[in-house]
Amino acid sequence: MAEPIAALRGVTVDLTGRTPLGPLDLTVARCEILALVGASGAGKSTALRLLAGLQSPGAGLVSRAVGPGRTGFVFQSPTLLPWADALANVALPLELAGRPRAEARGRAAAALGAVGLGDRLDARPSELSGGMAMRVALARALVTAPDLLLLDEPFAALDSVTRRGLIEDLHALWAAADPRPAVVFVTHDVEEAVYLAGRVVVLEAATGRPVVDLPTPGVLPRPARWRADPACRQAVETVAEALEAAMGLSVGAPA
Amino acid sequence: MRRLVDLAPPLFLAVLLLAVWEAACRLLALPSYFLPPPTAVAAALVEAGPRLAASAWVTFVMAVQALVLAGLIGGALALAVSLNAAAERAVRPLAVALQVTPVVAVAPLVLIWAGLDHADRAVVALAALVAFFPLFSGMLTGLKSADPDLERLFDLYGAGPLQRLWRLRLPSALPFALEGLRVAAGLAVIGAVVAEFVSGSGATQGLAWRLLEAGNRLRTAEMLAGVLCLTLLGLILNAAVALTARFLLRR
Repeated sequence: MAEPIAALRGVTVDLTGRTPLGPLDLTVARCEILALVGASGAGKSTALRLLAGLQSPGAGLVSRAVGPGRTGFVFQSPTLLPWADALANVALPLELAGRPRAEARGRAAAALGAVGLGDRLDARPSELSGGMAMRVALARALVTAPDLLLLDEPFAALDSVTRRGLIEDLHALWAAADPRPAVVFVTHDVEEAVYLAGRVVVLEAATGRPVVDLPTPGVLPRPARWRADPACRQAVETVAEALEAAMGLSVGAPA
Repeated sequence: MRRLVDLAPPLFLAVLLLAVWEAACRLLALPSYFLPPPTAVAAALVEAGPRLAASAWVTFVMAVQALVLAGLIGGALALAVSLNAAAERAVRPLAVALQVTPVVAVAPLVLIWAGLDHADRAVVALAALVAFFPLFSGMLTGLKSADPDLERLFDLYGAGPLQRLWRLRLPSALPFALEGLRVAAGLAVIGAVVAEFVSGSGATQGLAWRLLEAGNRLRTAEMLAGVLCLTLLGLILNAAVALTARFLLRR
């Protein structure tokens, strides 16, 4: 197997007033889409921050084969600068990296076009719907052509139609990128995980340890109708059972 | 039309109160040194108008100087302190101590230090002293108000301290700093008046001095006219800050 883009080996994280998380072992291969599912508080966001290099582990090893500025991150909320328009928000990562303003704005306009917002470049975040603001956040994460794209329950707050549209778009953007980035995607929606990802990892409640690591059938990217495929239904069922088991393990478990 | 409907209730109340006041003065035959009727206050306002306007200008300039001084010191200190948690812990108690110390009690000291020949400097210093806390506190709160996920985003893209300050923390701080300025503007006028009262020598010719002088001569109508000028001054400063805020924060 080629060198992974990012990996956690025996990583523990100390949390104030809680059982420490871990030990976590997780490997992210280049160009794959990996979904992390788990109960609330299972350390999904912490795992993402470790992979992003935003948080240092209490013990263990985080390895990242990602160039500086080549990690994209989409948070649970759009997290845009409220005083800046869509174009300036998307250009931000490039301008922080010292790219010339004209180049940054040009690439930002292209990234916004790719998420279907080419006509809303000068809109402030307050003028955008939740789904559109999320698209801006996605464009901002993709504008640096990242090697590693991390998404922390990015669509959880959206209605199901908007959400499905964004998932399709994410799928298409990933498939069209050259080279394709590795994507790690946190969700508590099992169907979303199975449809979008090539591999689903279930995290145990409380400790956040990966307990199930399941490749999903078929080849990415998948057509939208694959959601109705028996293979998809079967995989959703398997992951849902694993998730229930992982959550059940925590009940009455010693702290 | 809409505005007229909005304005009618407060206008009606003001007119009613003035009418009651006028009627009470006439019916009870109150001596004018005790409580002059509104018409007498209006007359005094016209008669003493030029003097009061000149004094209002003096007070206004001193209050604005104090605001600028307090804004520079408070803003710079908040900026320095926001970069270091230990510095904040060191400075916070001092800032609070400064805030709770009554300005009247400190005024005589500051007058001595400024020199009796420079009472105007003492007035500016004391007004700046009371205006300092809301400016410092507002700026510091604002600088730390940025969304933690946005701070993470800046970490992710390796932003330098100056980039973070300029592109994230200062814009986040702006609404808080402006709210601090609005509070400070009112306090600066109060501080200037208190300081002038304490200096009481006529070395500064601000509105407080006019009040003292008119009081000494039992010209009560002129005193009330002076108070009215102070209220107007406070309102004007407040409106100026509110307009600036609306201009800067339009989104």
